[in-house]
Amino acid sequence: MSYTQLAVLGVVVVILIDLFVLRTRLLRRKVFWASYAIVVFFQLVTNGVLTGLRVVRYDGEAIVGSTTPVDGPPPFLGDGRIAFAPLEDLLFGFALVVLAQAVWVWLGRRGVQRTPYSGPPRVRMPGQADDPRP
Amino acid sequence: MNHLTYLGVLAFILIGTGWLEIVLRTRVYARWRRLLLTLLPVVAVFVVWDLYAIASGHWWFDAEQTTGIVFPGGIPLEEILFFVVVPLAALLTLEAVRSVKRWEVGDEPEGACEDGVRRDDA
Repeated sequence: MSYTQLAVLGVVVVILIDLFVLRTRLLRRKVFWASYAIVVFFQLVTNGVLTGLRVVRYDGEAIVGSTTPVDGPPPFLGDGRIAFAPLEDLLFGFALVVLAQAVWVWLGRRGVQRTPYSGPPRVRMPGQADDPRP
Repeated sequence: MNHLTYLGVLAFILIGTGWLEIVLRTRVYARWRRLLLTLLPVVAVFVVWDLYAIASGHWWFDAEQTTGIVFPGGIPLEEILFFVVVPLAALLTLEAVRSVKRWEVGDEPEGACEDGVRRDDA
């Protein structure tokens, strides 16, 4: 299978795991999408470094775009690339993040160090929910 | 070229998320048993994916920008660490959002949340 096919398969599998196997239902929660928005921004930055500097290089046969050039960086945008990285990396990253978070939540629900819950923040954060705990 | 490039990116991710444990009290490192049990299957699945991708030639790594420590199957040390560092960052981010917003995550006991927000006494 190509990277493109595997990446799509990976996303489908983690969606099924979250919604139906572990039934963690993160994909239906605000907390997931807020955290994913933060994660995907930093993925684009850090993965942009790795792929722009060609620390990792890709075969055009395996991705939508072309093979990483031998003499310079791949396109920043276009030819199946987003911030130098193959668009498949976004699917790969999504699968990695969802699987990790779903297993974490599932373990907590099963009683593995469910508590102490995170928070409250040590410094007042913008948009922080009220918390009367001492 | 710099053999520490990939390792440096991983260090950036660790440092960039590590402060959340202290300032937002994410308690991900503190719950290290739960963390290890989470990482176990995730690292296993993604290392297998990586080994398949390397064997199939989907991607490869610049020997000039990695430490040169390579495990059987051609997987560099950095790539294995990636599957520890990135999930860890994702968990810290999830718990950071929960710390600030108290939004329901799904591991709370029955009745601990109202309208998707954890009750104050839960």
